[in-house]
Amino acid sequence: MRIFLVVLFAATVVTAADFGRDVQPILARRCYGCHGPKVQMGKLRLDTAEAAQRANRRIVELTGAKKMPPTGPLPEAELAVLRGWTEKPWAFQPIRRPAGAQTIDLLIAAELGKHKIKPSPEADRRTLARRVYLDLTGLAPTPAEMDAFLADRSAGAYEALVERLLASPHYGEKWARQWLDLARYADSEGGVQDYARPAAWRYRDWVIGALNADMPFDQFTIEQLAGDLLPNATLDQRIAAGFHRHTITSREGGVELERIRFEQLLDRTSTTASVWLGLTAGCAQCHDHKYDPIPQRDFYSLMAFFENTDEVDLDAPLPGEWGIYRQYEKEFRKQRTQLLEEYKIAGTLEYWENGARHAMANPGLRPNWDVSYDSYSKLVDNGRRTLLKAPSERTAREQDALVDYFVKSSAGGIGKTTYDALKLKELAEKLKKLDEKYPRLSTVMTLAENGAGERTHVRIRGNWTDKGAEVRPAVLAALPRPAGEMRTRLDLAKWLVAPENPLTARVAMNRIWQELFGRGLVRTSEDFGAQGERPTHPELLDWLASEFQRGGWRMKPMVRRIVTSATYKQASTARPDLQTIDPSNTLLARQARLRLPAELIRDSALRASGLLNETVGGESMRPPQPDGVADLQYSMKWEETKDRARYRRGLYIFLQRTAAYPLLMNFDVPDRTVSCARRETSNTPLQPLNLMNDPVFVEAAQALAARIEEAPEGQRLERAFQLVLGRGPTPRERDSVQGHLPRRGWFGVARALLNTDEFLTRE
Amino acid sequence: MGGLGLAGLPGLLAAEDPFTPKTPHFPAKAKNLIFLYMEGAPSQIDLLDPKPALTKWHGQSLPPSMTKDFKFAFIKPNAKVLGCRRPFAKYGQSGAEFSDWISAWKPIADEMCIVRSMRTDAFNHQPADLILFTGHMLPGRPTLGSWVLYGLGSESRNLPGFVVLSTGKNNMSQAAQWTSGFLPSSHQGVPFRRTGDPVLYLSTPKGITAGEQAEDFQLVNELNRARLDTTGDREIASRIASYEMAARMQLSTPELLELGKETAATRAAYGVDQEPTKAFGTNCLMARRLVERGVRVVMVTHSSWDQHTELEKDLKKNCDITAGPVAALIQDLKQRGMLDSTMVVWGGEFGRTPLGDFRNAEEAKAGRDHHASCFTMWAAGGGIRGGVTIGKTDELGMNVVEDPVHVNDLQATILHCLGFDHTRLTYRHMGRDFRLTDVRGEVVRKMLA
Repeated sequence: MRIFLVVLFAATVVTAADFGRDVQPILARRCYGCHGPKVQMGKLRLDTAEAAQRANRRIVELTGAKKMPPTGPLPEAELAVLRGWTEKPWAFQPIRRPAGAQTIDLLIAAELGKHKIKPSPEADRRTLARRVYLDLTGLAPTPAEMDAFLADRSAGAYEALVERLLASPHYGEKWARQWLDLARYADSEGGVQDYARPAAWRYRDWVIGALNADMPFDQFTIEQLAGDLLPNATLDQRIAAGFHRHTITSREGGVELERIRFEQLLDRTSTTASVWLGLTAGCAQCHDHKYDPIPQRDFYSLMAFFENTDEVDLDAPLPGEWGIYRQYEKEFRKQRTQLLEEYKIAGTLEYWENGARHAMANPGLRPNWDVSYDSYSKLVDNGRRTLLKAPSERTAREQDALVDYFVKSSAGGIGKTTYDALKLKELAEKLKKLDEKYPRLSTVMTLAENGAGERTHVRIRGNWTDKGAEVRPAVLAALPRPAGEMRTRLDLAKWLVAPENPLTARVAMNRIWQELFGRGLVRTSEDFGAQGERPTHPELLDWLASEFQRGGWRMKPMVRRIVTSATYKQASTARPDLQTIDPSNTLLARQARLRLPAELIRDSALRASGLLNETVGGESMRPPQPDGVADLQYSMKWEETKDRARYRRGLYIFLQRTAAYPLLMNFDVPDRTVSCARRETSNTPLQPLNLMNDPVFVEAAQALAARIEEAPEGQRLERAFQLVLGRGPTPRERDSVQGHLPRRGWFGVARALLNTDEFLTRE
Repeated sequence: MGGLGLAGLPGLLAAEDPFTPKTPHFPAKAKNLIFLYMEGAPSQIDLLDPKPALTKWHGQSLPPSMTKDFKFAFIKPNAKVLGCRRPFAKYGQSGAEFSDWISAWKPIADEMCIVRSMRTDAFNHQPADLILFTGHMLPGRPTLGSWVLYGLGSESRNLPGFVVLSTGKNNMSQAAQWTSGFLPSSHQGVPFRRTGDPVLYLSTPKGITAGEQAEDFQLVNELNRARLDTTGDREIASRIASYEMAARMQLSTPELLELGKETAATRAAYGVDQEPTKAFGTNCLMARRLVERGVRVVMVTHSSWDQHTELEKDLKKNCDITAGPVAALIQDLKQRGMLDSTMVVWGGEFGRTPLGDFRNAEEAKAGRDHHASCFTMWAAGGGIRGGVTIGKTDELGMNVVEDPVHVNDLQATILHCLGFDHTRLTYRHMGRDFRLTDVRGEVVRKMLA
């Protein structure tokens, strides 16, 4: 299959020396002989990035003064490289606010001026309106909205539109998409079984709400990493702290619980580092980071903040649930107790509990009990702990979960004969029906400290069973650290947004820029380290980061500032004159044409055809998909959402990790296994097949045809283009459509328009 | 590797086609790969690595000194030994040795390069699936097929370059078989569906004729051409090309599926018309047809091999389903002159223990647990030396004693047969050059022709 890709462009600007690429080879050639793995004269060893960075100043001085190496001075070219090798990589240096009165346009113009390039003119008003509607809300303007904007000829018309869009409830939906990729949000838990996480959407709603309310990014950070540790934490803050509940898990039989826990800790640590610091700390799981100043020890020190954290589900009734639940709770309890008594499970339950506890303590004596305990400990969350508590000490939720497991799945332990004699299968059915009749309260997923006092150890070569030195919670030594001891996730979160931390503001602003231009000022928005790319406009990035901090970390003012800049408003039309000077448009002499993300393609088709259900927030839905897609998955059933909820925005599509909705896969939604800062944009033939043949898009084309036909005969062509593209047809397009119309009717035209590149693109 | 690295190459213009066939690092025999993935882990002890000494130990625990370094998924090191009841025989001129349940492989014995000394790092399915296909136990990296597609491009203009076909129950590895990980998602394997269109949305929707479909495709392209002229954005040219290709895929895929055009003898050899071979045999035949049409990598997965219990019954059943079609595939490729350019690999994610899994109280229903320390795989065709058996395990099948081959070594060898130095087929991601073999892997010279 021939597949074409949008090739995003690498920066060609080369600045100071890159440690791994430029410096290390020199050190290896000239210094390792005496200061390397075998010999360490003067106790100086330079063969790790960390150690070399520490000795940076000495190396530069001594080689510069020609005192080292003793065999004779280095050639001038190498000395130049070493001089350009700064103490710390650029991203670790303090934010340097450019002097004087600055604006985005001035800082962009300064670079363009150096290359004698002129910026592009402003895009026409229709293009601009469609662009800013899509960028701020993800929804293209309706013909009426477009007309209203065009009719407003006042000087501040565009700025007024921006204000309206920033205040739209759809703003939060649009910007949540990027954050949910970072949070590796999904509606299922990953792993072999990939069971649903029915409460996950509560976190998504929190994100949408926080973005709409323009929650300052420092608070946004603190609540997501440590909302549970805030004094008098509210339910919302605890939902926010579910950020790290979106880690994948495993319930595969025979996998050690401790190993699963370790892998989750790895993910939480790496994700925190990449989302807030733009650092690939995961490299330091096994060894000191080769290129960035992150020793292995620092990685585990960072992990230590998460070590004693449990996954917890909280009752969090939705509006209307609590009252009804209280009314029937007693009745439910009564009936459940009656059923358990009727089936006389008490004795066998105790027998099974004893057997499982015995297997936990004495593995290898009775294979069937080993397997039974193993399966229980995987399928029941925190089940091991429950089993160790006396029944009277367990919460109702814990006891119910244990009993439900026993009734459903204890046959391997107690033996099939006993299981059948007690008719436990029948009881399981009845308990399930009872649960359906009296639904439990809705829950939310969050984290909580467990006070276990577990110590964190460096893992040698990253192997979880191979424990090295003990470490205390601490942040990266290469960055400014507070004087006192750090203990909790709250300390960590506050440090991430402390004014002296140079990374967080840069990383966050870069992602906002990326969302509005298709690429960040640092193109590798996930990696600000030495192996990532350098900023194309370092001064602009620092100025934005500084303004962001000074403005109280509010995101909307920064978005406003960017979208009202002349740089943003430029036409995106290709410029032949830039073809050789700046083919990848790193200097931003024009805007970019960007293919819409998967979710917005579907939203746009549904909106143009009038089918879109614009309800904001709420649980995930499952639109129809072809039979067999779900078969790829181990355990789930794709129960189609039947009502109008299935026309809700793509953001709300149930994200089943191991068998994602095909449109999402075909249009580059990451599988949400790990955090993702930047989606690829592919262009494959599976995409046209999806848009031409998926019944959802056929339905949209039919609905759109009906809307077109509502217009008087002579105006239908105009209407069709206005609905889909926000503009009228050109004479050439008019000819094409009119040639097509007699044979295919408005349905064919609607279908074709919904497949045009322009429709799928933010220009 | 021009143009492959989305991230790595500055200054390229848009619309680069990453799947234009590419020249590997050095000339190589194999151009295609078929991986017969026996998911769940077939018992090497009962199929390919005879251990008569187990009979003597049957029903007893081994002395702790022999098991102290072992860890298993479900059973503990004190578990009792389960003897093997299968008779083994030697086949072909090379005298390849395997058990009666797979005697259907007799005619291909001299093509097989049997490796009895495979090892892996994980004894649980999901991490082991991941390491076998992505080189590493944690999720997020590209699978073997995606790497090959990334390195070689595709010869097919109308079909996906990497296809996954599957049968059997308890498919647990799922994404490990087709994930493109951090490679662009266009490198992902396309799982052909078992029902309906093999590729999603391949059929023209109900109520629309082929002619109408062609008209609509044409209008899309006309409108896109008009826009291309206005904006000058070469991405639109790529969009037009992908629409043209999608239209061709719609036309050519039905031909791929016309198995009726195969001769009666071929159909009979693969067993496509009778049970129990029908589904798996069809996939094997489809694999040959895909490779014939230029598809670079085909995974043929059968996932019912996790015999913790009922080893006797279920292992035989799986052999009855798969052994005949596998032999037919190798012979068919050879007869058509395709075996030299097609590397075929057979095996699971790990092996099974000589110790029994007695979770079921009835001894007749015993099975074996997962075993990462040693297992058997085999390869044939493109670049592989047939008619040899490599590696040895100890008398009881607990460990490798000669020529250990780690799964990363197997990956290095597969890439070598396809013309790649596995240390140089890399992709820059999160600041690091990643490769399939992670930080390990040595080409197994003894496997090479």
